[in-house]
Formats: sequence, C-alpha cells, structure tokens
Amino acid sequence: MRRIFEGWGHLIQLACVAVALVLVFFAIRQELVPPEFGKYGHYRPASLDEIAARTPVFAGREACASCHDDIATAKGKGPHANVGCEACHGPLSRHAQDFTSQKPVLPDTAKLCVICHEADSAKPKTFPQVVSHEHAGDTACGVCHNPHQPKL
Amino acid sequence: MDLSRRELLAAAGKFIVLSGAALEAFESPSGAVAADSKYRMADHWWAMTIDIQKCIGCGNCVRACALENDVPEGFFRTWVERYEVNGDDMEHPQVESPAGGIHGFPARNTPGAKSFFVPKLCNHCAHSPCVQSCPVGATFVSPDGVVLVDQQYCVGCGYCVQACPYGCRYLHPTKHVADKCTLCYHRITKGLTTACCEACPTGSRQLADLKNPRDPVHEFLRVNAVQILKPQMATGAKVFYKDLDGSVR
Amino acid sequence: MQTLIPDVQGFMYPNEVQLTWSVLIVLYPFITGLVAGAFILASLARVFHIVAVQPIYRLSLLTALAFLLVAPLPLQLHLGHPERSFEMYMTPHRTSAMAMFGFVYLWYLLVVLLLEIWLDYRKDIVLSARSRTGVMKWIYSALTLGSRNIDAKSLHVDDRVGWMVTLIGIPSAFLLHGYVGFIFGSVKANPWWSTPLMPVVFLFSAMVSGIAVVLLIYQTVTYIRKRPMDMACLDTVAKYLLYIFLIDFSLEMLDLVHRTYEASESFRTLDFMVHTRLYMSQIVLQIILGTLVPVALLALVQVVKLGETLRRRIYTLAAALTLIGIFAMRWNVVIGGQLFSKSFLGYTTYKMAFAEREGLLPAIALLILPVLILWGLLKLLPPWAEQKV
Repeated sequence: MRRIFEGWGHLIQLACVAVALVLVFFAIRQELVPPEFGKYGHYRPASLDEIAARTPVFAGREACASCHDDIATAKGKGPHANVGCEACHGPLSRHAQDFTSQKPVLPDTAKLCVICHEADSAKPKTFPQVVSHEHAGDTACGVCHNPHQPKL
Repeated sequence: MDLSRRELLAAAGKFIVLSGAALEAFESPSGAVAADSKYRMADHWWAMTIDIQKCIGCGNCVRACALENDVPEGFFRTWVERYEVNGDDMEHPQVESPAGGIHGFPARNTPGAKSFFVPKLCNHCAHSPCVQSCPVGATFVSPDGVVLVDQQYCVGCGYCVQACPYGCRYLHPTKHVADKCTLCYHRITKGLTTACCEACPTGSRQLADLKNPRDPVHEFLRVNAVQILKPQMATGAKVFYKDLDGSVR
Repeated sequence: MQTLIPDVQGFMYPNEVQLTWSVLIVLYPFITGLVAGAFILASLARVFHIVAVQPIYRLSLLTALAFLLVAPLPLQLHLGHPERSFEMYMTPHRTSAMAMFGFVYLWYLLVVLLLEIWLDYRKDIVLSARSRTGVMKWIYSALTLGSRNIDAKSLHVDDRVGWMVTLIGIPSAFLLHGYVGFIFGSVKANPWWSTPLMPVVFLFSAMVSGIAVVLLIYQTVTYIRKRPMDMACLDTVAKYLLYIFLIDFSLEMLDLVHRTYEASESFRTLDFMVHTRLYMSQIVLQIILGTLVPVALLALVQVVKLGETLRRRIYTLAAALTLIGIFAMRWNVVIGGQLFSKSFLGYTTYKMAFAEREGLLPAIALLILPVLILWGLLKLLPPWAEQKV
C-alpha cells in the first residue's frame, strides 16, 4: 500500500485540504442563502411582500367617489366619465385617507386641457381636439367649459 | 409528529393569534396595509391591453408612473413613442419620444403621413429573457405573472438590461440595482389598478387578469386584431396591443 | 429624448441612451483572453511537446496567473453592489450564462493554473524555503503547503500530474474564454452579439492576444535581464501567432460576410454604425492596424529570410499592434453593441468618464496592475535557472 502512495503524499495532503474547503463552502452557503429561497422559483420569496408593501400614491377613482359622489355622478354623465379624478388633480391618496393632510391644488385650465386636446395628427381622428389659439385665442378653457361636464 | 388533538388546537390558536398580530404590525404609519391578506397569487395572471386607436399621447401615464414609483429622472418605467409612417416605407418610420413623453408631445400637423402614439412598458414576459439572464436570482416572474426585481438581492451587473429586447430596464442611478415597471404590484395586490391605467384619460391602457373569467381581456383578445412587440423573440410578452402598426419597433 | 441630448441620432428607446456596460466590461474579456492565450502557449510546450517553446513555459503560466488575478476586478468595480457578488456562488441561477462563470473562474484559478504552477515550481519552492532567510523564508515555507518532500519519486508524480492538469487545462482555458463569448453570444435581444460564432471568435482572438502579450513580455524581460533572445523560441511563437491569427481573421470575416449577405433587419443599422461611430475602432484599429498589418508582418517573416534584429523588431511591432487590435475588438463588441438602438432606428454615444469608478483611469490602472503583479511573481518564482530579474 505504501508503495502505491509513495511520492503522492503532498498531493493527498492537498486533496484533503481541497475537500475541507468544499465542505466549508457548503457550510457557509447554508448560512448565507436567504430563507426559503427557491420556494416559488429561483428567488427570495420575501421580496414579493417587500415589493407589495409600498404605499400607493394615487388613490384611485373609487376612493374619490366615496366622498365626492356628486361630482362623480355629474362627471359620469358626460364625455369625461372615464377620465380619472387624479388624471387632472394629481395623486391624492393622502387626501383620500385624511382630507386635512393634503389640500388638492386646482389645476390651471389654461395649461391642463391642451395636453390632451391640442390638435395633433397622431391623435385619433374621432378624439375631440382643437387648435387652441384658433379655437379660443388666449382665453383659458375653463372660462367656457366646466371640466367635469365639458360639453357646451 | 404525534400531537394530541389538544396540542394541535393550541398550536393552531397560537398561530392564528400571532399571524393576526403580525399583520397588524405590518401596517405602515400612513395606514396602508402591507399586502391585502385576501390576495392569492394563484388566482391571478396579470397582463395589460393597450388600444392604439385610443392613445392621445398626453403623457399622463408617464407622469403618473413617475410619481407613483419614484422613477428617477431620465429613466422610464413606461414611456410613449410618437410614430410617423410615410407612404409605403415601413422600414423607416420617424419616431420620437421627447423625455419619454412625460410632458406630452409638441403638437404636430402632418396630414399626409400616418401618425400615432405607442405607449410602451415592461411586457411582463411569460418566457422572460431577462429572468433567464439574471445570475443570482434577483429578477423573477412572480406566481401571478409579474416580472419583478428583488432590489435587496440584485448585484447591479446589468445583464438583464442587456437581455431585454424592449429596452424597458435600466440601472437605477442612485440605488445601483436594476429597475423597471413592476405593474404597480403594490397596487394590484390591493385591488387597485396600475398608476398608468388609472391616469389614462381615454382608457387606452387597461390592466388585465387572464385568470379572471370575467375580465374584459378575453373579449378584447377574441374580437380584435392583437399584436405583441417583437413576436420573433418568443418572449411570451403579455402586453397586448390593438391595432399596432407593422412599422412599430 | 434626442431633443434633450444632442448626441443621440435618430430614435433610441429612452432607457437605452445611457450605456449600461462601460470600458471596464471591455477590459474584462480582454484580460481573460490574455489568460487563455498565455495558457495555450504553455500547453504547447507541456502537452504538445513543442521543444522550441519550452523556454517560455513558466513565463506563460505566470503571465496567465497575473492577469487572472486581476480579471475579477473590473467586474467588481462595475457592479452596483460588489458586496453582494458572493451571491453568484451562493445562489447561481443555472439558466444564466453569467452565473456559471464564477465557478469556471474558480475552477480555472485553483484546479488548473495554481495547481500547475505549484507542481512545476515545487522543487524550487522547497529549495528556496531551505536556503532563504527572514521574511522570504516564511513565504516560501508557506508556499510548500506543508510538504518538503522533493525526492525523485515525488517529482516524477508532480510531472505526471502536472501533465494531466495541463491536459485538462486546455479545455478549461477554452471554457474560460469561450464562456465569456457565450455571455454575449447568447443575448438574443442584441443582434450584434447574438451569433453562435461569438464564443469561437472570442476564443481565437483570446489566443492571439495571449500569445502576443507573452511575446512582448518575453522580449521585455529578456532585454531587462540583458540576456540573448532565444530566436528559435521567438520564431516558433511568432509562427503560431500567425496561424491562429489567420483562423481568427477568417472567423471574423465569416461573421461579416454572413451578415452582409443575409442582410436581415438589423444589418442596415449595424452597417451604418460600423461606417460611422465605430469606423475608427473597427475599420482602422481592429481590422487594418490590428489584424491586417500584423498578419502581413508575420507572413513576411515566414516568406522572406530576414536578419535577427529585424525579426525581433517586427515581432515587437506585430505583437503590440495585435494587442491594440484585440482590445479594439472587445471594444467594438461591448461598446458597439450598445451604441445602436434595439429599435434599429437610432444611435447614441458613449461618454467615457475619466476619474470615476467606471472611467478610463481605473481601466488604465487595471491594465498596469497585472504587469506589477507579474513583476512580483517573477521575483518570487523566477522562470529561469539563474535569477536576475
């Protein structure tokens, strides 16, 4: 037996060290791999909860209607029925939770409406659009049109 | 494990009480709940539909997304492109997306050409090449079909950014991890719609749940000529466009 | 987006305007290529018994080691979270080309390169551990890894095992650098990268660059040591450089001809990019100065009988141009692949930073570092009998 291993001593030693290192690697891995990694797929399942835990910034139309049902009803009869409240009024989830915590800013109709309604060839032909300076000169849109019931 | 019935009931009771307490503890100070406890991932397979005929290029979606998700300036989780196709030249459309369309588009009158807007976002591919490429398992398809990034695990190598055929990913400039549209996962798991769909004034963008038999998406897919972006890439993209012109890249 | 940033031409998807991978990612395949190439040169001596190449056997191994030790550094500098890079070893995603690379690297470093060097140098290490004093004695004693046995039998075992390690090392070297090629070649989203030829092209250009760098290093070291150049060795190495260069060039031309002929959707945009934004680096640096000129010079030496001094000068020039050319090739792949839009409708520009984490300055430093490491290695493990480096 000794004859076969004669001269191999240093390599056998090295091999033992290598095996030990591999075992250490697996031990470290056991510690460092996040809990339940691989439960749903090759990822950390806790991240699903972390991502879902973010607080929404926009409240959503239903939240607005729960207090402002009069406006919601009136708007619901006109062409802006499907335009969300926050599409014009901006994100208001804090206001929806506690209306004293955030005061909504009334948008300026001189600037707001043209974003959608300025005539552009790329917009669908059936979409109501005007060349604003021909249509109304310098007058703000809100002077003639009620944003919640814009049809005159 | 041999537990007596009493021991089992006691354990179950403790579990229920502790879970309830944990859920309570999870509520953040503003009152939002971490995740809707009634939400079950297995009940959903999220997608989106976009009707090109309704998009007016107002950029509301881009602004809303940026506000909802703290998107860093100069990067885009969603954006809108303006296409102009002249005559029969399908290979050279004129395309622009000034700041991703976040301030809308400068009005243009080009009656001779065919022009339209194309909103784009992460396609939440069912066979996502970005998920395939991630070396550590930081990006993944959730059980409910949303491609997400685990920003606590991402090493910021950028391989997924290279692997995405649609250009919807980027490396966050301050967090130094990969970032992209999450389909507002924090909203859809609470019964809300995505910020971009909420803000869209014409209803061009609609969140869709393919597992919900009452979702309008089934009718949408059945009745319309529907396209996905870059079908040759076989990514299983789940953003379905109605009336997307063949010149769209 | 192009209205805000003037260096965008045409249309880019908004997130594509800034490049994700910088010059550091150009450096990385360049450095691993040098490793693979230097090792192949060593294997020519050890496995294929090409006697003329024997004098640079140890030098090639040490060169490979010096560059391999530096190879992970550009990656660490690029990563958004280098402190999390161990995750690639903890939870490697087996579908990702990049994930497996960490293991290929470790395998190559530990089981191939370090083992082979240790086995080849073991006798010298033990002798030095016995004869030296002070700090150096400690260092050499540590390097013996606990074994002082250098009798004939153990040295014979070293030789046989070392031969086997080199034998395994050849496909391992192919894997090391072919893998880097596959990391690019498997990205279906990018038509500039996505080709089955990519790993093969990377591998042959790696061999070319590795042979060229050893050629230069041998000439430099011999000059510093004030020894005569082993012309038989130089001539043989230059010959292999030429042969492998011809294969490399043929492969790259095959890729080009194939693309031009098929003229599929991406061709127009790639062709335009090569003729405009990549003109300097692709046509001038990579093809003309970096390939055609060195190949012509090396072929000249094969065809015309030239004097020793002239041959040495030609080899130096050819090797230097080759290295520039192969660096340009890596640049053209990595940076070029990000200059055009995946919409095929536009182009952006690469604004290389200077004194930032991913800038030119760290890149230059990372190219100088292996030379310094090699200098240290040459002092610690002199390749030649009489040490005077």
